[in-house]
Amino acid sequence: MTMTLEELQGIARIEQDRQGGFSHHVNVCIAAGCLSCQSGQVRAAFEKEVARRGLENWCQVKGVGCLGLCTAGPLVAVEPAGTLYQNVAVGDVPELLDALGASPVARLDAADHAGFFERQRKIVLENCGRIDPERIEDYIAEEGYQALYQALRGMSPREVIDQVTVSGLRGRGGAGFPTGLKWTTVAKAPEGEKYVICNADEGDPGAFMDRSVLESDPQRVLEGMAIAAYAVGASRGYLYVRAEYPLAVKRLRTAIAQAERLGLLGRDIFNTPFGFEVKVRLGAGAFVCGEETALIASIEGRLGRPRPRPPFPAEFGLWGRPTLINNVETFANIPPIIRKGGEWFAGIGTAKSKGTKVFALAGRIRNTGLIEVPMGTPLREIVFEIGGGIPDGRRFKAVQTGGPSGGCIPEQFLDMPVDYESLAQVGSIMGSGGMIVMDDSSCMVDVARFFIEFCMSESCGKCAPCRVGTAQIHHLLAKITRGAGRPADLTLLEELCDLVRHTSLCGLGQTAPNPVMSTLHYFREEYTAHIEERRCLAGTCRAASLEEAL
Amino acid sequence: MLPEHIREPLIQKIAAAEHPRELVVDVLLALQGHYGHLSDPAMEEAAGLLAMTPLELEELATFYTFLYREPVGRYVIHVCDSLICWMEGAERLGDHIGRRLGIAPGQTTADGLFTLLPVCCIGYCDRAPAILVNGRAHGPLTPESLDRLLEDLRAKAADGPAPGAGPERGTP
Repeated sequence: MTMTLEELQGIARIEQDRQGGFSHHVNVCIAAGCLSCQSGQVRAAFEKEVARRGLENWCQVKGVGCLGLCTAGPLVAVEPAGTLYQNVAVGDVPELLDALGASPVARLDAADHAGFFERQRKIVLENCGRIDPERIEDYIAEEGYQALYQALRGMSPREVIDQVTVSGLRGRGGAGFPTGLKWTTVAKAPEGEKYVICNADEGDPGAFMDRSVLESDPQRVLEGMAIAAYAVGASRGYLYVRAEYPLAVKRLRTAIAQAERLGLLGRDIFNTPFGFEVKVRLGAGAFVCGEETALIASIEGRLGRPRPRPPFPAEFGLWGRPTLINNVETFANIPPIIRKGGEWFAGIGTAKSKGTKVFALAGRIRNTGLIEVPMGTPLREIVFEIGGGIPDGRRFKAVQTGGPSGGCIPEQFLDMPVDYESLAQVGSIMGSGGMIVMDDSSCMVDVARFFIEFCMSESCGKCAPCRVGTAQIHHLLAKITRGAGRPADLTLLEELCDLVRHTSLCGLGQTAPNPVMSTLHYFREEYTAHIEERRCLAGTCRAASLEEAL
Repeated sequence: MLPEHIREPLIQKIAAAEHPRELVVDVLLALQGHYGHLSDPAMEEAAGLLAMTPLELEELATFYTFLYREPVGRYVIHVCDSLICWMEGAERLGDHIGRRLGIAPGQTTADGLFTLLPVCCIGYCDRAPAILVNGRAHGPLTPESLDRLLEDLRAKAADGPAPGAGPERGTP
């Protein structure tokens, strides 16, 4: 079947009327974080209690995606009161229902986390925590698939790409390549079969943004992919999802089946000649498969190892055909850009970094969770106001961004705006959005050793600089943290880092030395203390036994 | 040999695919789900289904973390050893699991119930320190909550079908 605009609007209206018929909405977070602390039981308890009291027509109980403040789960949002409850247990349910329409239950009220929400601006996450990720009608009621309709019926592929170019959107997977330019390249490739791939092989330590988006609003990603396919002339798409995310995979499969049933995926979408078919492909646990050429090899059933570029996938990708690869968050930005226009998006953010960015806050920070802020938001605001600062009275030391490809940003740069250029200037990268906060108990040499150990074990082994180089860097760092380092080791480290960076085949090796170089640059005194004084300034790493090594 | 209800849908999926090879990970996971691990006969069976050689499959089966070429226990426990979990005490947690089960990483308990493996970041940093049990995330864990989890799994195993029969394992 194909769908008309009237039918789409009809679904939206019925859903809006249905939801508008309730006086109260109890939205229980059913993203993986809250589910793992029994939010599923909390939701069931609400449903049971609402039914027992005969309030089914008065109060709606709904499972929703990530509400953001993962540290305080299970979370329950009550509308229209606008109350967020934290750490909700099954036993709290009757009391919370009693409080509907009255004053909130103070002991569970998350009001003291107001700073966490106030400074955020949500585009990618606009539906997270609001819609049921397992019902397409809920997405349609929030203007879902309007952008696809607009693109297919009102715009040429060229005009779609123009809007994306005007928006200034850059790839959210980490490198920040201009999305419009990438789409243009694929669109210009010779006619014939082309592919669109969504990279959901999120693997950076500290990163869980893409998982949350897929678990909370999967239709948005599918709509973004379909618009991209129309723009570049593709008719088939793949979502490559890591196997560690079974809930995201399940919701995606549900979402695809529902979209197909309504004719929003498949053939002749909105009565146009455009058709788009999406398949989910599972990774099986290999960090390197997030690299685009390795990812393509993995989909093709070959060993998930990178190959040299050029040719880039835009010219020679899946099965040798022109292929567009974007990250989950990039695709999630597309529907609002088409709906509201590229100019609107370009009005948010900084001169060269447009829009918002989703970050996963983790590590030594009070409010662990998922946030979205305009590009250019000062780091201090993210860490201390949204993140709530450092717990246990400890002192801030650094923020690590970009995972094993990024760097550590010290205190002196806390007031810098968070955008692609500023992060690169201080020796880090935007990366996919993991933000790991460290306090004075973290030994930066050990952190560097840790990241290089990660790259060493995840190196696919194809090229020698990465395979051997990361092992040698790790050897030196292990020696230093053991208390057996020599002053000459630091020079050797720098030379090795330079070599691995410039001669590795793919991004994994080329960026693997970044955490080492940035800690050497900003925290050199910690390295020299290990070497010259046999002392770990943080007092926590294995160098605690340095004295014995002497 | 795979039972019909698993084999038949696989054959149909492969037949419908333009490039059958793209289904290799799906097929290997399906076989692993049935047999528990990818034994030599399982590898040959997969190769037959996909019209590939066992050697081509070998390099894939040994490349991916979640494909098991060696026998594993009924519950495969992956302990995340990446930065966030490490900052939150993953090393201590891993040691604790090892002591409780009496095995080192890479080993399986004598009763065939548990296999312990390290894994790089599993993306549950909001629940650190976290582990996967047969692909399902648990966290944040303390030694106490971990002991309870292990007991629950043991109890479940005592009730459920014999090891080797469950599709629950091996498929993350």
